[in-house]
Amino acid sequence: MREKNPGLRMYKKRRRFSLSRYVRLKKNSPGERIINGIYFENPVFMLVLGMCPTLATTTSVINAVGMGLSTTAILALSNLFISVLRKVIPQRMRMPCYIVIIASFVTIVDFLMEGFTPSMYSSLGVYIPLIVVNCIIMGRAEAYAGKHRPAESFFDGIGMGLGFTVALILIASVRELIGCGTWAGLQVMPAAYEPVNIFVLAPGAFLVLAMFVAIMNRFQIGAARRDDSWDPTGKFVCADCRSCPRILNCSGKPVDYVVPAGTARSTDEKGGDA
Amino acid sequence: MNQRFQVSSSPHTRSTISTSAIMFMVALALMPSCVAGVLFFGEHALVVLVLSAASSVGTEYIYEKLLHKPVTVKDGSALVTGLLIGMNMPPAIDWWIPCVGSVFAIVVIKQLYGGIGQNFMNPALGARCFLLISFAGKMANFTTGTGMIGIVTQVPATTDALSGATPLAYLKTGQLFDLRSLFFGNTAGCIGETSALALLAGGLFLVAMKIIRLRIPGAYLGTFALLTLITALLRGYPSPAVYTLQQLCAGGLMLGAWFMATDYVTSPITAMGQIVYGVLLGILTWVFRMVGTGAEGVSYAILFCNLLVPIIERYTRPVAAGVAGQSREAKRLMREKEKEAKRLKAADRKEKPV
Repeated sequence: MREKNPGLRMYKKRRRFSLSRYVRLKKNSPGERIINGIYFENPVFMLVLGMCPTLATTTSVINAVGMGLSTTAILALSNLFISVLRKVIPQRMRMPCYIVIIASFVTIVDFLMEGFTPSMYSSLGVYIPLIVVNCIIMGRAEAYAGKHRPAESFFDGIGMGLGFTVALILIASVRELIGCGTWAGLQVMPAAYEPVNIFVLAPGAFLVLAMFVAIMNRFQIGAARRDDSWDPTGKFVCADCRSCPRILNCSGKPVDYVVPAGTARSTDEKGGDA
Repeated sequence: MNQRFQVSSSPHTRSTISTSAIMFMVALALMPSCVAGVLFFGEHALVVLVLSAASSVGTEYIYEKLLHKPVTVKDGSALVTGLLIGMNMPPAIDWWIPCVGSVFAIVVIKQLYGGIGQNFMNPALGARCFLLISFAGKMANFTTGTGMIGIVTQVPATTDALSGATPLAYLKTGQLFDLRSLFFGNTAGCIGETSALALLAGGLFLVAMKIIRLRIPGAYLGTFALLTLITALLRGYPSPAVYTLQQLCAGGLMLGAWFMATDYVTSPITAMGQIVYGVLLGILTWVFRMVGTGAEGVSYAILFCNLLVPIIERYTRPVAAGVAGQSREAKRLMREKEKEAKRLKAADRKEKPV
């Protein structure tokens, strides 16, 4: 067992929840992609993408589910097609090509929703067509689907979409519960409960979103500090991720960060928790 | 002797007055209006004031204990925030609403941004607007209990009942109310805002004790009075001067100008900045009251200007001694230097084979 500073050891003893301690999956496998999308790189809480639909459609849980699932479908399919066509699409013209693919799927979903779920279609309004310019979809196309194989990209889309859906449902649950006293249209709070109107309005969306981002940061930074083998970059480029202040904005490149004495990690130790 | 010539970084002149002393003074200055509020609106007003102050202090204590931070309850800032929240409540409010407001003010607006000195807007006003948006019906209910001094509920010199909830809503129509009762404070309104007399006494006490300067309230009230006078003249209201005085005394303007706009944390520190801030407040309040559809606009005006404070401070930053005269010459030299550097760079690029 290597030398550690005693304060850190005491901190580790508290054994808080850390998902990466239990879940070890192969990189880019379907399961890893889905867990990555829901937890480690949750598009709303960790990547902070797709803020417009997040803030606008989370006034009720029903809307959040509709928005999340339709985005999931479009995200998975567009990721799949972009990945299939990634060798055909010229590098310099990739953005217009991606937009054509995404817009096709959005149009399909738009018509399907108009035909089969007209009430949800009318309550989501302009936000369904706006999925075309959703940052999550463009972001995953650019960052993942354009560089990986079709199956991986498809599951990345599913994972990211589910992460988006979960995030929307969480935010909408808090907003609807406090702002209306209901959950998914069901009366939850007692009749004497006075709804706090501001949570249904835009300021409430910002408040609840900020709260969730803070909680996620606490979990993930805490996990990074406690868990030797968890490394957001997957590369172990720096000496020590645990005490790095920039752990969640890691660029994957070494930083000139002064390593505290006694905590330096040598290559043969990586992955092994004493 | 050699103590006098110590070398250290600025500030070199230090005041002996502490944060808790300042906050105690502010709380003391708020007392006349609190007493007036209790006299006008009865014991429920006292309950509201005590509850909001206690919940504000309690929230701060519990939050800092839970997060293992140094407990700053003793500096009194939470007490002042709580008092101001209580003074901003209508007299018939449910007891738990000011408590919710106090928790929001302390946790969300003050502590999440780093505690005392770090909040970007006035906590009490932030809480007031939070409650106004959340519980619009209850916050606009100005029915009152009976205090020791009865309040005026009808337009003096007529038999008309007061149209609108407060005198301010009545003034909005361009008619005159009774100036004496507006100044004394026995009219409908929030607990601590009605008595212009008590608020003026508190504000002037703070000025006399050099806790605040006249710049912000002076510029604020002056700008607002001037704009209102011009509007009243243009719209042809009866006796514009009296109308302006009534607008000054009605609603939350006095409370806002003397106690909320002058909050150290959320107002500019430069002299010029404070005047700009006051003038902006006056203009915005005039826009909200005289141009907009609502009757009251002091709290939104102050919150909006709170957000402008960093910009105001940036543009009113004082120039270091000796620099001002040289600035034009220095700028010209700088521009020439830049041009030269650009030319050299361009020449350099040309020489290199592409």
